[in-house]
Amino acid sequence: MRTMRTAGLALAMAFAATVAGQAQAADDIKIGSFVSSTGVMGYMGDQEKKVLETYVERINKQGGVLGRPLKLIVYDDGTEAEKAASFTKRLIENDEVDVIIGGTGTPQTMAAVPQVERAQVPFISLAGGIVITDPVKPWVFKTPQSDKMAAEKVFGDMKKKGITKIALLSENIGFGKSGREQSLLAAPKYGIEIIADETYGPKDPDVTAQLTKIRGTAGVQALFVFGAGTGPAVVSKNIRQLGLTEPVYQSHGVASKDFLRLVGTAADGFRLPVDGLVVADQLSSSDPQKPVVVDLKNTFEGQYKTDVSTFAGHAYDALMMTVDAIKRAGGTDKAKVREQLEKTKGFIGTDGVYNMSPTDHMGLGLDAFHMVVIKNGDWVLSD
Amino acid sequence: MRLTGPHIGLLATAAIIALLPLTFPNSYYYDVAVSALFNAVLCVGLNLLIGYAGQISLGHAGFFALGAYVSGILTTRWNLPPLLALVVGAVLVGTLAFVLARPILRLKGHYLAMATLGIGIIIFIVLNTEAWLTGGPDGLTVNYLSVAGWTLKGDRNWYWLAGILLLTTVWLSLNLIDSAVGRALRAVHGSEVGAAVVGVDTGRYKVLVFVISAVFASVVGSLFAHRNGLITPGIGSFFHSVELVAMVVLGGMASTFGAVVGAVILSVLPHLLTSFEDYEAIILGMIMMSTMIFMPKGIVPTVLRLLRQRGGAS
Repeated sequence: MRTMRTAGLALAMAFAATVAGQAQAADDIKIGSFVSSTGVMGYMGDQEKKVLETYVERINKQGGVLGRPLKLIVYDDGTEAEKAASFTKRLIENDEVDVIIGGTGTPQTMAAVPQVERAQVPFISLAGGIVITDPVKPWVFKTPQSDKMAAEKVFGDMKKKGITKIALLSENIGFGKSGREQSLLAAPKYGIEIIADETYGPKDPDVTAQLTKIRGTAGVQALFVFGAGTGPAVVSKNIRQLGLTEPVYQSHGVASKDFLRLVGTAADGFRLPVDGLVVADQLSSSDPQKPVVVDLKNTFEGQYKTDVSTFAGHAYDALMMTVDAIKRAGGTDKAKVREQLEKTKGFIGTDGVYNMSPTDHMGLGLDAFHMVVIKNGDWVLSD
Repeated sequence: MRLTGPHIGLLATAAIIALLPLTFPNSYYYDVAVSALFNAVLCVGLNLLIGYAGQISLGHAGFFALGAYVSGILTTRWNLPPLLALVVGAVLVGTLAFVLARPILRLKGHYLAMATLGIGIIIFIVLNTEAWLTGGPDGLTVNYLSVAGWTLKGDRNWYWLAGILLLTTVWLSLNLIDSAVGRALRAVHGSEVGAAVVGVDTGRYKVLVFVISAVFASVVGSLFAHRNGLITPGIGSFFHSVELVAMVVLGGMASTFGAVVGAVILSVLPHLLTSFEDYEAIILGMIMMSTMIFMPKGIVPTVLRLLRQRGGAS
């Protein structure tokens, strides 16, 4: 019987804690969030959660927004779209939040979209998929650059260098798959012809077969690799082993210190588009983004003793943009906050300068990306 | 007619399902309840296989996902009516389970677990990679459940549907257990050789119960797809399969109501524990572990035994 009593006590405690969590002052501005701080995307969601917590605390120390403290409610969806949907419902129905920031990945975001649209709650996603804001959904915004922009930035750089015929090597699922589709669409606009189109699996230990085929294709002037995670590192090493001499471009999917650690110097000379946060120290002091990215980098790395990544930037931008919109709306009326979010102009974030409009709920231009070249295993700004 | 234990249990379940909504302050509670009920239906089916026939399956999330995807694909791409798609899904999954069952169920213990695990993982990989059909990791959007022009919307309606489904499943399961098939299954669980000696066609019964539990999973999967509106390959993952087995074991194997209780607890606990944030997984693990240590037979059988002992002593 004692075990029963213990189990009962544990349950009772859980209930009590939940109920206690719900009791709060009425004038809080409630910011709801669901991120993937565990699971496959844990390395992304964890940074997002930390940034939200750090900056909500900082804003509250400075007196809150419109004199009202922020209250952050974060749930971990474990990188499961179904859980994301359930937590979205909880945020809307049970916690009655004023705005939702979250959705680490595109599937988690899309699972939440029907609900925020129905309940009419402003929602800022932290995921990159182009489907999130295209077509535009009235209540849904997002902060990260999309794959399409990365492809366009790379093609623009190629055009400048007189490259017209390229080989595309992309990951066959998720990020790389979407990147391939967007690349195929964007290439003609820049006069680029994709004459070899190969794919690889995210866990392939070797891609020399695809690279050999690309080497055998006559007329290839450059190679564009679109992938994230460990795949691009394998590709980079194989490129060196085969001694390919053509210029190599990578996507923003590898813009992390982890990638550099994985490849060592194998990726030297590769070019890729990155956001301002990645090259915070190298931005010129006249760059409007400089103070923002340096502040986030120093704050984050000072507090958590770990490298800040682009994902932290997505969450930072979403939170600050929300705060900005609430200030302009003069309160938390959902329709007004939504309207002000849509009217965001010249807002300087870590991902770039946002100019939202009724037809663009992401608001970033191509200048959000900076081209870098990898030298001695580190980024060097090159545009 | 004298009311026996199972009948009282069924009536009690019906009463709880009917009265519980009175305590729900908002539709989020309905949402959690619906997922708990869906899991309960799945577990009642899985329990027939694990608890009564003594065969383990680590691939049941695969059948669940298959049902969900067949429904999703048939209704969105071929515009089939949802109910027809649900039946097609159930037939397909049932057939697949039937074809697989014969060779697989010849295996025992760890080998059987590995084989079912393999099936689950293959289904998961196919759903992930065949993006032209399934939408890949980004998921598949599924329409509302509509029957003859009437559309099922809102958590409240889903709650009643899931409740009725659970009661039907429990009733079917109780009847099955109490029939010749059920007795044959328990004989198989006790000793397969012994069962064969007394004339039970063990192979046939094992296949039968494997197919039944797979079809249960498929039907719940179809409904889940329509309710959620978006399905991702994650629902067919190995972890989901393990979660389902854990629900059955926690509640109590070879107890239909145990499966229900286990499913409800493990579905609701994560929502209760969110306020513990980073400690959520630890607390969940501790509750699981202490149940396994102090109540190795599962919650419901242990509680029933304790109640009976008390009744006997007084």
